[in-house]
Amino acid sequence: MAEKLMKYADATKKYDVVFGLETHVELCTKTKLFCPAEVSFGGEPNTQLTPVSLGLPGSLPVVNKTAVDYAIKLGLALHCEIAEWSQFARKNYFYPDMPRDYQISQYDKPTNGNGYLDVELEDGTVFRVPIERAHIEDDAGKNTHVGGADGRIEGADHSLVDYNRAGVPLIEIVTKPIEGAGDRAPEIAGAYMRAIRDIVRALGISHARMEQGNMRADVNVSLRPSADAPYGTRSETKNVNSFRGIEKTIQYEIRRQAARLDEGKEILQETRHWDEASQTTAGGRLKSDADDYRYFPDPDLVMLHITKEHIAEMEAQMPEMPRERRNRLKAEWGLTDLQLRDILNADALDLIEETVKAGATAGGARKWWLGELSREANAKGVSLEELPVTPADVAEVEKLIADGKLNDKLAKQTIAGVLAGEGTPDEVVKKHGYKIVEDSGAIEAAVDAAFEANPDVVEKLKSGNMKPMGVIIGAVMKATRGQADAKAVTKIVREKLQ
Amino acid sequence: MTEATNELVKLSAAEMAAAVKKGDVSSRELVDAHLAVIEAAEPSIKAFLKVSGDVAREQADAFDAKSADEKAALPELAGVPIAIKDMIVTKGIETTAASKILEGWIPPYDATVIEKLKAAGMPILGKTNLDEFAQGSSTEHSAYQTTHNPWDTERVPGGSGGGSASAVAAFEAPLALGTDTGGSIRQPGALTGTVGVKPTYGGVSRFGAIAMASSLDQIGPVTRTVLDSALLQEIIGGNDRRDSTSIPEGPRPMAAAAREGAKRDLKGMKVGLVKELGGDGFQPGVEARFNEAVRKLQDMGAEVVEVSCPHFEYALGAYYIIMPSEVSSNLARYDGMRYGLRVMPPAGVPQTAANMMAYTREAGFGDEVKRRIILGTYALSAGYYDAWYGSAQKVRTLIIEDFRKAFEQVDVLVSPTSPSTAFKFGEKMDDPLAMYMNDIATIPANLAGVPAMSIPAGLSDDGLPVGFQFIAPQQRDEVMYKPAAALEAALEEDWNGPIWQDLKAPWLDGLAK
Amino acid sequence: MPTFTREEIVHLGDLARIALTDEEITRLQGELNVIADSINKVQEVASDDVAPTANPVPLEAYLRPDEPVTPLTQAEALAGGPKTEAGMFVAPRILGSEE
Repeated sequence: MAEKLMKYADATKKYDVVFGLETHVELCTKTKLFCPAEVSFGGEPNTQLTPVSLGLPGSLPVVNKTAVDYAIKLGLALHCEIAEWSQFARKNYFYPDMPRDYQISQYDKPTNGNGYLDVELEDGTVFRVPIERAHIEDDAGKNTHVGGADGRIEGADHSLVDYNRAGVPLIEIVTKPIEGAGDRAPEIAGAYMRAIRDIVRALGISHARMEQGNMRADVNVSLRPSADAPYGTRSETKNVNSFRGIEKTIQYEIRRQAARLDEGKEILQETRHWDEASQTTAGGRLKSDADDYRYFPDPDLVMLHITKEHIAEMEAQMPEMPRERRNRLKAEWGLTDLQLRDILNADALDLIEETVKAGATAGGARKWWLGELSREANAKGVSLEELPVTPADVAEVEKLIADGKLNDKLAKQTIAGVLAGEGTPDEVVKKHGYKIVEDSGAIEAAVDAAFEANPDVVEKLKSGNMKPMGVIIGAVMKATRGQADAKAVTKIVREKLQ
Repeated sequence: MTEATNELVKLSAAEMAAAVKKGDVSSRELVDAHLAVIEAAEPSIKAFLKVSGDVAREQADAFDAKSADEKAALPELAGVPIAIKDMIVTKGIETTAASKILEGWIPPYDATVIEKLKAAGMPILGKTNLDEFAQGSSTEHSAYQTTHNPWDTERVPGGSGGGSASAVAAFEAPLALGTDTGGSIRQPGALTGTVGVKPTYGGVSRFGAIAMASSLDQIGPVTRTVLDSALLQEIIGGNDRRDSTSIPEGPRPMAAAAREGAKRDLKGMKVGLVKELGGDGFQPGVEARFNEAVRKLQDMGAEVVEVSCPHFEYALGAYYIIMPSEVSSNLARYDGMRYGLRVMPPAGVPQTAANMMAYTREAGFGDEVKRRIILGTYALSAGYYDAWYGSAQKVRTLIIEDFRKAFEQVDVLVSPTSPSTAFKFGEKMDDPLAMYMNDIATIPANLAGVPAMSIPAGLSDDGLPVGFQFIAPQQRDEVMYKPAAALEAALEEDWNGPIWQDLKAPWLDGLAK
Repeated sequence: MPTFTREEIVHLGDLARIALTDEEITRLQGELNVIADSINKVQEVASDDVAPTANPVPLEAYLRPDEPVTPLTQAEALAGGPKTEAGMFVAPRILGSEE
């Protein structure tokens, strides 16, 4: 049954929006949080397990140092207070994908608390998102639902459980209730999530690929009549795994809740799910006693002590943060605000920077990634990163152009060859024999042939009307299969006209 | 072999090791002798859930085949066989924690202590019975069988480690491992006339010990002599990077302390009688043997004073909050998914994963385990956490503080191990609270993580063994070994031999060859 | 002082995922009330100025180097499973009419 919705503009005028995000970021450590089982994406089911991550009787957790290092780095990036003593706690609940039927997380003594993140919006406004905590916890396994429609949990006959992901370290970043966003709440949420993504990638602590589930968020939304009223009841939409989904979830929940409040209906404290197909959130489970997780300090783990020296060591390893980096590159590459925005929107900053590092000019690199390659990615519905072309390939093509070995047209054909899997630019060029024809004899012959075929054009040219020059050049290019250098052709045509 | 089986198995483990070293007996002969006793004794004792004879013989043969140099590099007890409480994970040998829910589980890994025993060349005779998941004080809560006390087979051997204690008392094994969460090594030790030691928390790795209550559990030795316990604890102890609660320091010099104690000179040692661990609820026969033993300590030069640990009266309450809380979480993993039992719901009940888990756990756990899981679930639940779990954690602090103050005054504390001698089967099964009282004197040491041990103090008026408990400061386990060995030597002089000379062991009669 | 109602025991059984029988519920109610009485006195001395102790030996966490070890084989991992299929553990359907 379709829920009643209020117009977005009306809803945000009438109600004050409060929202919050709980973002799970999967860390890219070599081994799991509490045992030395190697973590890798893919792999045969149930082959990345030790007795610990399978939850075998008698097994015990031991903390991975790299996961703690990564948590400290994230804490520093988010301006958090890093606790000298933090504690792991058990969150008790039963689920088939949980090897111990409790999750090891942090409860009242998280490693990172009380920080903030400044996020920059489209129009350059900077909004400060307050961070409540960023704590360390371990992931569960994966269920594959069998026997229902298209692998969904509803109607499934049974599930197959692969515990490979069980025990992979996560950091959960929890914002404080975000107030004062008004109708920009969805935009701020999206910008915040992208900023988190950029930060964890810059820190090298997560691949942060939402499509692979490296990053996902629970979205809390509540409305109240005015900014000085107490918080309203909130809904919690679980496991939203795309930036657009997060923005749309907030938008939808604002409209849905406003319509309910207008009708005098109460907002249920419940967990909901974002449904990409219908672009709506669907009601899930009501919050109840069943959510009594019986947290208590994990007696198998002792206090985590983070010394000043440890923090200093991590501080020394901190890379440039994404916002600073963007501003630096903007200056180095001489970009306008609009040009930078285009690059960011296309998610091409890293690729362009790497292409420049590989020897291309900033302008050249930008032209490829935002032009030809963006079109290709859009056509295929993939991200630029997923295209089978590397920054080194692009830089190589740029070098071939700079060296006068390819012209624009051949360069595009070469990239097409790389995308088609024909090999590196060099290999593609060799395979097709692409080269600019510099042999003036061949060009002269082609010009002569073109003159002969177009006597009217030759007349006009001779009379000083240079407009139809393109006809001759086009014919020469066709005859030389595009390999002639346009400048050389023009030069010979001019000579012959005299 | 120079001795008949029934004489050989009565040697202490240290004596057996010496005989092996001299070449008088092989490890294989020791294993065969004990397997013969097991075969003869089990019908009346029922200490073992699983006898791993083939594994033991193989290990013994591998040890015997070693060169003299290789043998010399091994610990003193090398070649001597051992029995393992079935709460400890053994690769390739069925491990059940005496629960139906783990029936048939063959672990793919060894506990750290098992790795250490194997490295020490100590053959594993089998897995001993216990109260299900070590929860109980009589071994009657085993899902498989009831273990009998060798001193009176109508009576319980104590618990939870009744299997290990009875096996060692009945000469089925010279040594065993137990686990002690609230007294599960020491109380059966007291009831069977054996020596049982709970080391300092973190002194022996818990990796591979099936968890009951993680902040209280500790693996320790079960033996017939104090020296044997010291030697065994030195082998199984030490830091383990797979256990986050393992203390970084290595084992203390316990065997040296035991040998020093055997000289029976306790001059300069201050012994504290814990005022709160005695009197009401302690059998007169138990108190009598205890008081006589205290006089022996004085006779050897120890200064005995009374100390008060005022918060001990809250120990049982704190224990019965903390322990079940941890139990409720530690036993969650037995859900029918990855190992052990699975029971589908009956017809008419939705055949869901949640119901499968609920029916599996209903069928797989016994009454006592369920009782503790429900109690622990309650203690941790929202709204009660602070009043119960939170308060219990504070009591724990107060008990640690009591010990700290006591050890400012004395070197070692003493008390009876158990308020009573072995009781009859069924006597306390319907009264959980009465059963819980068995651990009144042993629980404080678990809450505070301090080392404690029980040694035989003689027989009560009913002819059953009485246990005498020593408690030492944290990470100073050797401190209790010295007076324990001294008392053992003094008492044996009085008795003209070890306590077990009074044990009628008819199962040995046929083995006098 | 806590007293256990029948409903509470049923609820605790749900939380602990144990399908208690009616008879068990009745018995547990009686037993737990007796036990609760005896342990409730811990609150007498648990004043605000006493710090809680979670672990008896004061230790700080050892941080393990991030180096992989040989994992269990799939066969070892699955060996104890009551029901397996295609290298995975089988769970009955997760959603049901009671959800």
